[in-house]
Amino acid sequence: MTRNTLPVLGLTLAVSLGVSAPLAANATDIVVATVNNGHMIEMQKLTHFFEQANPDIHVKWVTLEEGVLRQRATTDIATQGGQFDVMTIGMLETPIWGKKGWLQEIKPDAAYDIDDLLPAIRNGLSSGGKLYAAPFYGESSMLMYRKDLADKAGVKFGDRPTWDQVRDAAAKMGDPKNGVYGICLRGKPGWGDNMAFLTTLVNAFGGQWFDMSWKPQLESKPWHDAITFYVDLLKKSGPPGSSANSFNEILALYNEGKCGMWVDATIAASFITDPKQSKVADKVAFAQAPSQVTAKGANWLWAWALAVPASTKNAAAAQKFVNWATSKAYIQLVAKEEGWAHVPTGTRKSTYANADFQKAAVFAAAEKAAIDSANPLDSTLPKSPYTGVQFATIPEFQSIGVTVGQQMSAALAGKETVDAALKASQVAADREMKKAGYYK
Amino acid sequence: MRPIARLLLVPAVGSLFLWMIVPLAMTIYFSVIRYNLMEPGEHAFVGLENFRYFVTDPSFGTAIVNTLLLLGSVIAITVVLGVLIALLVNEPFPGQGIVRVLLISPFFVMPTVNALLWKHMMMNPIYGVLSQVWRAVGATPIDWLSDWPLLSVIIMVAWQWLPFAILIFITSLQGMNREQLEAARMDGATWLQQFRFLVLPHLARSIAVVVMIEMIFLLSVFAEISTTTAGGPGDASTNIAYLIFKQALLGFDVGVASAGALFAVLLANIAAAFLIRLVGKNMDR
Amino acid sequence: MAPEGRSDYFGAAVRRLRMDFTSETGLKVALAIRSVAAWFVALLLFFPILFMLVTSFKTELQAIAVPSVWLFTPTLDNYTHVQERSDYLLYAKNSLITSVVSTLVGLLIAAPAAYSMAFFPSKRTKGILMWMLSTKMMPAVGALVPVYVLAQGAHLLDTRFALIVVFMLSNLPLMVWMLYSHFKDIPPEILEAARMDGATLLSEFRHVILPLAMGGIASTGLLCLVLAWNEAFWSLNLTAANAGTLAALIASYSSPEGLFWSKLSAASVLAIAPIVVFGWFSQKQLVQGLTFGAVK
Repeated sequence: MTRNTLPVLGLTLAVSLGVSAPLAANATDIVVATVNNGHMIEMQKLTHFFEQANPDIHVKWVTLEEGVLRQRATTDIATQGGQFDVMTIGMLETPIWGKKGWLQEIKPDAAYDIDDLLPAIRNGLSSGGKLYAAPFYGESSMLMYRKDLADKAGVKFGDRPTWDQVRDAAAKMGDPKNGVYGICLRGKPGWGDNMAFLTTLVNAFGGQWFDMSWKPQLESKPWHDAITFYVDLLKKSGPPGSSANSFNEILALYNEGKCGMWVDATIAASFITDPKQSKVADKVAFAQAPSQVTAKGANWLWAWALAVPASTKNAAAAQKFVNWATSKAYIQLVAKEEGWAHVPTGTRKSTYANADFQKAAVFAAAEKAAIDSANPLDSTLPKSPYTGVQFATIPEFQSIGVTVGQQMSAALAGKETVDAALKASQVAADREMKKAGYYK
Repeated sequence: MRPIARLLLVPAVGSLFLWMIVPLAMTIYFSVIRYNLMEPGEHAFVGLENFRYFVTDPSFGTAIVNTLLLLGSVIAITVVLGVLIALLVNEPFPGQGIVRVLLISPFFVMPTVNALLWKHMMMNPIYGVLSQVWRAVGATPIDWLSDWPLLSVIIMVAWQWLPFAILIFITSLQGMNREQLEAARMDGATWLQQFRFLVLPHLARSIAVVVMIEMIFLLSVFAEISTTTAGGPGDASTNIAYLIFKQALLGFDVGVASAGALFAVLLANIAAAFLIRLVGKNMDR
Repeated sequence: MAPEGRSDYFGAAVRRLRMDFTSETGLKVALAIRSVAAWFVALLLFFPILFMLVTSFKTELQAIAVPSVWLFTPTLDNYTHVQERSDYLLYAKNSLITSVVSTLVGLLIAAPAAYSMAFFPSKRTKGILMWMLSTKMMPAVGALVPVYVLAQGAHLLDTRFALIVVFMLSNLPLMVWMLYSHFKDIPPEILEAARMDGATLLSEFRHVILPLAMGGIASTGLLCLVLAWNEAFWSLNLTAANAGTLAALIASYSSPEGLFWSKLSAASVLAIAPIVVFGWFSQKQLVQGLTFGAVK
């Protein structure tokens, strides 16, 4: 080391530290917490457009995985931490937090056109008629099947088949010896993993989570029928390892051509029809999620939305950002920069009415029909005290959902009988509800 | 020298004491009140209710068994294999330096990445590497995460901690008295005798250190579980830490989670007392 | 340097099979067997990481292919994606600062404590050691709310300082234990000799203990550095936009809805690269370690 090296090193260090120094002190910094879905990543990439239009605002991003994000956001908002100015939350939290006064009401600006929002999505993100989070991206669930395999097996689907029809089709379309399975469905334990799907299945069989006195109904006939059906179906026509599969695992299988059918989030359609990542991109067709005794609640409803916590110190800047990111102009921006196939969907009527979008997204019509038919305020055959299609909008649902999900996964893996799993689930749910004081 | 010796201890003991006592006091306080993050402002005193709730969880017994199984298996695997591998790479051979880095590398991988790596790249029964190996020899691939969930978690965690043990044993072996070994060999001692009477006693202290440190970490493993099996199927891979996680971060019930945390401390103390009996005498040889 | 070949364990073991391993060729064969075995075990343990490294150069489609694709055109797309999408340098800087500072400060506090207990043991020594370990018995997930509330009250949320303090205190018991163990490996006769020559406490530490225990101190430092580097729980929960570490970078790549294997692999490689490089260099320190021949 020469005598000059040390000062040079020191200078370099100082310069690099200086380069990473924060911006001019008079810009407002807002911190946005978000999930790492594709559309959110896009939003991150396009942030400089917002900053150009609003030179006094600088946006900082915190991207986290869904579970961690939810924990972080809840801890922060419940302790009034003020760490985040904009939070990405879903339909489970929004009504609960809105009612508690933890969120600011969304104040749309003149160009926003709030009536353009799809009614189902808007309802799911409101409480007492006020919108508490602006929807950024919405989804429902639908049946995505391989047209080529269906044609070969002589199977035809109507607009919304029944689960019995799907079961028969799966038996015909599958070819397990050659690694093609009739149907792939979620099985990994989690309230948003297997339970999201299973709740819609139970809804379709005429069941509900809680009756009007909030007692869990997990040992009722619809639950028994639905779960028995599910376990048998996957045993006969599903891939091995289903009890650990969630969205990503099945996506990988589907893109490799190993699934004949898949009932899952509508966003899957954009991946499986993308030739860059799917081997079967041009062989996919769509139908509505299957019904059984009813079509109520047969397809779920979920939205990721941007909310402004009440404890934020930069409310005005935060509201501006939320408006920008969920506006019609933003969708146009994404279309211009990335193409219509990549715009965030499931939020506005105007998106679906756009001819370019319809051309670029072959699943658009099916997706819109699915979202329109989902109603979080009325998703079960018997009357229910809760809102939400694939979950119950109560704070206790997450931990109940995980425990029940674990039991369902055990039944699927053959470790327990369906009845034993349902009994254990009922006991667990009952415990939690009693502890939370819903009944004695 | 005595007073200086005590003075030297003060920074470490003092800072750790603060770090321990404040959260512990708060946790004890939280465990006897009703505190759910979703309902701030309601902090009624409920006595031992939270403890009762945690202990009457249907998965409680299984969680304790799983915690101890995980602990025992990983410690056994890492100590036994660790000693053998450390012995293997102790003497020079071509590429010794590279081999050592390769051996230590699994410890550098973040636990969540480790879990994802094993779940998707190795253990998936359709596209995982292990299933391909099984098929290549004509056997049906094992559905690791569904059929052997706890074993799968044990494998993942052992893979991650084996390098830790190897590194500590390698360092310890470096300090062995060569001349003693030489003398023993010249006296006609076989390798096994050398191992039993010279090497193993020298390693005894590092083994004790590895066992105690791993115990502490393994008792609170939960990232691997929540990423791969989510505690399932059923509660086959649920451990105490995961139960606490469910209460604290899914149910937002800080009261019950705190009660659970105190239980975990109790369990840890019992495990420690047991392990101390096993290896503790080697600590101050 | 002590003659190595003669304390060849495997050679000795195989001797029982009546092969003459003390001959020139015998020693070479023993060496060959040992080398092959060592390389085999190392590659077996390393394989999952190798697989991840290879996957980081694949496209998403290639990453999920069955059977696994081994011959393909590598692409740097994933790495550029990581660079574009997140502020890798910020996260890396935070990781570097928090791990290095917490480890150094920890060593500065732990070494005297370990020294005191190793060379001036008292009745309380074992008790103190056990107590230190017991401070780690509470699962982090149970202490989350208390620590979060404390950090919030002290305005330390989303600061590197908070992370440094938490990492240092979390690893302190380990450092004390490992240093204690390594110090105990030093034969007391050497210290006696030094003391009889009139060495003061500080010079005894600097000139006698430090060189002898360097291997132990280095391995302790490396292990704790890695533990701090990989620490994800506190890193994710106590930080937001400013103090996030590489753990946050990794957390931002496991998407719940979308394929991400090759991108996550690239992000992981970038996250562990600095520490692997550091580990490789500190290897030389570890290898030097204690050699009694040299000491005598």
